[in-house]
Amino acid sequence: MSKGICPVEPVMPTSWRKDNKPHKFCPGCGHGLVLKCLGQVVDELDLQDKVVFGCDIGCSLLAWDFFNLDAVQTHHGRTTPVMTGIKRSRPELICIAYMGDGGGYSIGVQHLVSAAARNEKITAILANNTQYAMTGGQMAPTTLPGQKTETTPYGRDPELTGFPLQGQEMVSAVCREGAYVARGSVANQRQLKSYLKKALENQLAQRGFSFVEVLSTCPTNWRTNAAETWEFVQEKMPEYFKLGETRRPADMRGEGLANG
Amino acid sequence: MGKITRIVLAGEGGQGVQSVAEIIAEAANKAGKQALYIPNFGVEQRGGVSVAYVQISDGNIGSPKFKTGDIVVALSERAVRRTGKYAGPDTTYVYDSSIKGIEGELPKYAGRFLPIPAIDIARHDFHPRVFNIIILGAVVGATGVIPLEQVKDAIEEKLGYKFEKQPELRELNFRAMERGMELVDAKNMRESVIFKEVAPAYEIF
Amino acid sequence: MTEKIIEQEKRAFLTGNEVVAWAALAAKADIMYGYPITPQNEIMHYWTRLAPRYDKRFLQTEDELSAGFTTVGGVLAGRKAFTATAGPGNTLMQEPVSMAEMLRLPIVVVIQQRGGPSTATVIYSQQEVTMTTLGGNGEGMRVVYSTSSHQELFDYTIKAFNTAWKYRFPTFVLGDGYQAKMREPLTLYDPESRGIELIKPEPYVGKPGTPGVDRAPSQFRNTYSMEEELLEIVNQYMQDYGEMAPQVAEYQVANVEDADLVIIGHGVVFRAVRAAVDNLRARGLKVGYFRPVTLRPLAVPQIKEVFSNSKKVLVVESAYGQLARLLKEAAYGTTAEFLTMFRPGVGITAEEVEAEVEKILG
Repeated sequence: MSKGICPVEPVMPTSWRKDNKPHKFCPGCGHGLVLKCLGQVVDELDLQDKVVFGCDIGCSLLAWDFFNLDAVQTHHGRTTPVMTGIKRSRPELICIAYMGDGGGYSIGVQHLVSAAARNEKITAILANNTQYAMTGGQMAPTTLPGQKTETTPYGRDPELTGFPLQGQEMVSAVCREGAYVARGSVANQRQLKSYLKKALENQLAQRGFSFVEVLSTCPTNWRTNAAETWEFVQEKMPEYFKLGETRRPADMRGEGLANG
Repeated sequence: MGKITRIVLAGEGGQGVQSVAEIIAEAANKAGKQALYIPNFGVEQRGGVSVAYVQISDGNIGSPKFKTGDIVVALSERAVRRTGKYAGPDTTYVYDSSIKGIEGELPKYAGRFLPIPAIDIARHDFHPRVFNIIILGAVVGATGVIPLEQVKDAIEEKLGYKFEKQPELRELNFRAMERGMELVDAKNMRESVIFKEVAPAYEIF
Repeated sequence: MTEKIIEQEKRAFLTGNEVVAWAALAAKADIMYGYPITPQNEIMHYWTRLAPRYDKRFLQTEDELSAGFTTVGGVLAGRKAFTATAGPGNTLMQEPVSMAEMLRLPIVVVIQQRGGPSTATVIYSQQEVTMTTLGGNGEGMRVVYSTSSHQELFDYTIKAFNTAWKYRFPTFVLGDGYQAKMREPLTLYDPESRGIELIKPEPYVGKPGTPGVDRAPSQFRNTYSMEEELLEIVNQYMQDYGEMAPQVAEYQVANVEDADLVIIGHGVVFRAVRAAVDNLRARGLKVGYFRPVTLRPLAVPQIKEVFSNSKKVLVVESAYGQLARLLKEAAYGTTAEFLTMFRPGVGITAEEVEAEVEKILG
């Protein structure tokens, strides 16, 4: 315990690596919140000796040594096939592909959609912060109309660049029975945690593909203060990206699709 | 001294050119010779002329394709046009005598021309389907380097599954092959100068 | 599984693609990941027919990027994984191969070269030499075996798995469309029965025990924040590569001692080169040949020797100077006259080589 800095050590999931905390994400970044929920779920399901955690390139790459889990950094967009390759070779491992919206919905979209279509028994988690953060805030498929980014300095014009890609719905559309697909938000961690848990349980039950998109925050590139950040992720983003579950295996415990 | 025989077979898709080439090469391999068979392939294989290249040798075989064949077999009008370039002064050029209007298309420099009525014989004496087996017999007869036993083995291997269902096909195919051999025999082809005595390990490409 | 896949040595008459599938089985490969592209397709066709009989696996992916990255995943999981591709597929494959270079992952990739650039022909070329030896955004930290016969295709596919797992560099078997599609005889064998030890794979991730409790987590990065960190890594890798090179580099040489001209060719073209040398010698011309078997690393000292002791060297290839460029670098500082015969995307016969040599030697 580093008493000099912090009088009380914050409660961290046991699957977290404590030797390299505090983590490397920017203040206010949503990744830490997603990874906290994921860490708690790994603890609750007692998966620390089974998980292989793959992270994409983009800010998600900073998660490579975040956990006390075996992990690998891959290439931009290529985490899904790397995790697919591991799973196909060692089905007993629980494979998590962690990526951003650029990696999952743009450069690696063919991998995400194809893995979903093949019902690969892996779990993909995608943090959607509406732009490319690591490279300095360019437009992503998920950038909202009118949103300013480095490549849409006057705001995204749907006439020129289309509307935000509804990636979770796209993935959901190609999935079949056995898949679990949901969209959560760092603004509702209780719900997010339940989605992540169901996603990993689905892989454990070997039913099929599981996918959770998480609405996340990027105050650095959004150039927002805390209140504005929270308003954007809590109010603005769900106008385009509806929260809830869109696919759930028939034999999954609980009642119907938990929306909202 | 390395003996090498180079064979080009060309025909329309469905005429069974590749099967004949495969059986010849397989039979040569069974007889303990070096054999190399390569089909033409590529986008033209869909709907184009099907060409097969076979080389049989006692020594190493060089590159898989070659410029000039010892025996060149053309089974259609288009195949005749396509194969002219493989004929040289020592080439035996075999073609089906029923192909019309190719007089002007035949290669100028072949060593000898050997029109054979394989299509007619297949149709009248056997079954149109064994046309390519008659051709096989003609090539086997013309080369004279592949023992009949191994050719029959190779046919058995390739078509055995059909013979199991219809045993009478075996006899039909074997007779068709022997008829093909006779076709070139009758033309006194056995003593042809197909084999060149060449330097040790001479390899033809 | 201890069951031998090839019980007894046997002579077989196969296509090259079939040979690769048998060799991968003989090398105890566990899984193939692949995407269709001519002329390598039949490797997948044969593997998918043979694999289930021996408890092996296959995944058809959505493209070559995925084929390469799933192969990376298979290796990370500790399995002998391989893929095969050609042409534009090889272009895409360079991305996963560069990750394999960075993480020292022993993936095995079989290339059956086709014509280029772009889609070009599906038939044949030696135009993927530059890309296969030096592709990706890196330093070419890979081993490339260029085969010239079906026996070699079998031998070197088996060897590729051993080289990869021993030295932990991605390893290529570089064939071509002719080798892929032609049939010729070869001897299939069980490598262990011949005393060839098959190196056992090890997992990178998913090791026994709980990370952070029983052992440190097994974590791999390919991204560095500081230039100095990267420099240290790359220098270390290149040192490893340099130490490996003399043990891995292979070549074939004959008749060079008194030669007025040495002909150099690799892969299937070497067949024509060897035949041409035999024929020209029989006609009294003093010619020899040198053939690099590994195109990366090259047998540099032996190449320097050939270039130092010969007056003229003729490089023959079915590409426009891709082998020649590698040789020039290896032979830097030597004196032989450097002659070339480039036939990009088409086969080369011994007759053509002989004609070229006769023109040169008058």
